[in-house]
Amino acid sequence: MEIRFNILRTNRTVKAQYMQSIIYTIEDENATVATALSLMNETAGLKDVDGNAVTPIVWECSCLQKKCGACAMVINDHPALACSVRLRELKKPEVTLKPLMKFPVVEDLMVDRTILFENLREMKIWLKNEARTEPVDYDMAYEGSRCLQCGCCLEVCPNFCPEGKFFGMASFVPTARLISEMKKEQREEIYKEYRKHIYEGCGKSLACRKVCPAGIDIEGLLVNSNAMAIWKRGKRKLTE
Amino acid sequence: MKRVNIIGAGLAGLSAAITLAEQGFACNLISLQNSERAQSVLAEGGINAALDFIDGGKDLPAEHYKDTMSGGCDLADPEAVRGLTCDAPEIVRGLAVLGVPFHMKDGKLVLRSFGGQKNKRTAYAKSSTGKVIVHALVDLVRKYESEGLVRRYPHHEFVRLLLSQNKGKAACDGVRIIDRHTGKMYDCSGVVVLATGGMNGLFPGMTTGTTSNSGDVTATVFAQGVYLSNLEMIQYHPTTIGISGKRLLVTEAARGEGGRLCVKRNGRWWYFMEEIYPELKNLMPRDVVSREMYNVVRRPDCEDQVYLDMTDLSDEIWKTKLPDMRKELIDYLGIDPKREMIPVEPGIHYFMAGIDVDIYHRTNVDKLYAAGECTSQYHGANRLGGNSMLGAIRGGNMAAKHIMKDTDWAKYIYAERMKEQENGKDISGKESAGEKRIIPKIDWEENIIEVTENNNDNETYLNAASPAFIKEEGQILLEGLGIIRSEGVMQEAYDKLAKLEKKADCCRENSRVMLGKAMLLSALFRKESRGAHFREDYPERKNEYKKMTLARLSEGQVLIQLKE
Ligand SMILES: Cc1cc2nc3c(=O)[nH]c(=O)nc-3n(C[C@H](O)[C@H](O)[C@H](O)COP(=O)(O)OP(=O)(O)OC[C@H]3O[C@@H](n4cnc5c(N)ncnc54)[C@H](O)[C@@H]3O)c2cc1C
Ligand code: SF4
Ligand code: SF4
Ligand code: FES
Repeated sequence: MEIRFNILRTNRTVKAQYMQSIIYTIEDENATVATALSLMNETAGLKDVDGNAVTPIVWECSCLQKKCGACAMVINDHPALACSVRLRELKKPEVTLKPLMKFPVVEDLMVDRTILFENLREMKIWLKNEARTEPVDYDMAYEGSRCLQCGCCLEVCPNFCPEGKFFGMASFVPTARLISEMKKEQREEIYKEYRKHIYEGCGKSLACRKVCPAGIDIEGLLVNSNAMAIWKRGKRKLTE
Repeated sequence: MKRVNIIGAGLAGLSAAITLAEQGFACNLISLQNSERAQSVLAEGGINAALDFIDGGKDLPAEHYKDTMSGGCDLADPEAVRGLTCDAPEIVRGLAVLGVPFHMKDGKLVLRSFGGQKNKRTAYAKSSTGKVIVHALVDLVRKYESEGLVRRYPHHEFVRLLLSQNKGKAACDGVRIIDRHTGKMYDCSGVVVLATGGMNGLFPGMTTGTTSNSGDVTATVFAQGVYLSNLEMIQYHPTTIGISGKRLLVTEAARGEGGRLCVKRNGRWWYFMEEIYPELKNLMPRDVVSREMYNVVRRPDCEDQVYLDMTDLSDEIWKTKLPDMRKELIDYLGIDPKREMIPVEPGIHYFMAGIDVDIYHRTNVDKLYAAGECTSQYHGANRLGGNSMLGAIRGGNMAAKHIMKDTDWAKYIYAERMKEQENGKDISGKESAGEKRIIPKIDWEENIIEVTENNNDNETYLNAASPAFIKEEGQILLEGLGIIRSEGVMQEAYDKLAKLEKKADCCRENSRVMLGKAMLLSALFRKESRGAHFREDYPERKNEYKKMTLARLSEGQVLIQLKE
């Protein structure tokens, strides 16, 4: 496969941005964007289309199997995990890679996602006491434990901006676990955080659900959380 | 005030941080990436503990102990394994209390079968057990973070230990780290716990683990004088599949829930494990299964591909127990395991090899501890599935406990808690009964200081090994340290490595070669077959080798001996 990669590169120190295009041939027919990035970085003397030397492309990865969220980036204008996008499934042999835009860029495709973790701290996402575990909570607790903190959902969310008080789905999913596991009498505080940082800012278009690489049932979690935190009703079982 | 410096934020690091914070000890949790990206989130199948069965039966830690020791071919430290298996029930119940959504029925944990174990002993959450455990522990650490007890430093890389000599013995005064976002370097003073995971990076693209556990930490500390042990023991998991850039694991739970290995023999499917091992069948320890797979595909009457047959598993199992795994196989292979058999091969999965520690997780260097997969503790010659998350959590916990006992505690206790103590409460916040401890004055020196003076770490420790170098070394090690080994093959690999050494042109490359050499020399040293180390030329197990190998570096020479 011969593929043209257009990569938005950012210099670490002066933060100057430029687009670099590289034409690269890959044998492995199962190769993903992640494979391509590793291979290009291993290729000595790699040149871009203008004949300039390509310095190592900085990006983040870890698991290479869609389980850690490290490699999230904007691929052909959609936020996705580099290790999940297969090159042979591209519509044409060209792919544009950019860093996630809602976070400060460190270098090239690597961003600083600190805000994700600060928001969780701000919302006090931790259990204050022992979890209660009744069977009906199981699915919600499980789904609520699966967020990769990749940030893809925030990229497409029309309402999230890093400075705002609306924290988006990356903060909501772990909140849902707490809502499902906290003892009833202790939930008021987390409900308050939920209303302030999630419920009041969310337009419920569910654009986030479509891009979530973990396929988390965001809608189901929202319905249940609303039932409990807003309408003060019981929950229904999550859809499978 | 000092802080304990934990390097690595997987299960071992998280567990150490929590144990310290619970008692009011302050720590820095330093890692290349956030916990959400650590290899621990990849663990699928589950975590072991001897618990009551739902049908009323009972498992005992003594049984868990027996299986762990014999699975590891009697190489693990019996005292450590006894501690591990006795603590296991409390650890797993503790996780459930933290809200880890383990599979439960009627208020009891449902357990699944895992390899090498006579009882059902593995607690799980579908096939994402590691992810949900990490999630719960991260939430808890966040609480301590808000109290100032834990400070998280993600995107910080280990550079080197800060060592000194104390009465002829090396002691660790702290650790130097670098912020990979800003490029700034810092020295952190205080006790150090290494929890940096397995040495995947020595075998690039050839393991089931993460790319971030590069092996550099183990290589660097080895070069700095830390002893390693058990280096020949590398686990090949029987059921892995090559995907782009790595090997994809098919969890042992697949066999635990009824998956069967087979090969075509004379045109007909042969479920060889069931015939050869009628008792444990497909759930023999991993070293045994991998070796049988290696052997059957070399038989003249068999085809050269082993398959995992899960086509008989019930809908219920696919829905409640292995849904994530099924989705993964469809995504990456385009094969639905419910309908078709999947082709599998053994692949490198776990390092029983690592930093040598005692039962308290102390290394040979004073004030330096290690826990989790970066150590050689608990698993001997072969790790049982479900024991490594357990070992990581317990290891972090033990190291932390010993630090609190062994260290000049006053220097580490968090100030707020100190005040409480002055008011008559003990360090965990409870009213203290009996006499009050005298509280010495602490000076508020910051424990993390930016390194500004000119230093040569930039050249010596920071240059990454080149991808080509890493690849070449990986290939050599893979040849030498395969499933079936022999003197000739290992010696040849060693000679190649000695040649590669001449090409090494930075500190990290040099250290990696030393580590690779130590692995091969350990394997050459063990002239017998035991667990993951199987030698064609010495197929028998020998009593004289019933000890771990110990590797150390002395004046540039790798020395191997049996551990006393
Ligand atoms: C696919 C797969 C499935 C598994 N399934 C199971 C299972 O079902 N049951 C089970 O018990 N075990 C399982 N395991 C094994 C288990 O996941 C690991 O052994 C265990 O999680 C290791 O935990 P750890 O804390 O020691 O290391 P890790 O989780 O690997 O954490 C290492 C930490 O060190 C940091 N680090 C690494 N290098 C540096 C550096 N240079 N500088 C700074 N920080 C650094 C990393 O960022 C990370 O935070 C599985 C493993 C894999 C790969
Ligand atoms: S539903 Fe819409 S507004 Fe709400 S988090 Fe998702 S994308 Fe954002
Ligand atoms: S909700 Fe989904 S998209 Fe958003 S951070 Fe979590 S895993 Fe990523
Ligand atoms: S590398 Fe982990 S999700 Fe892509």
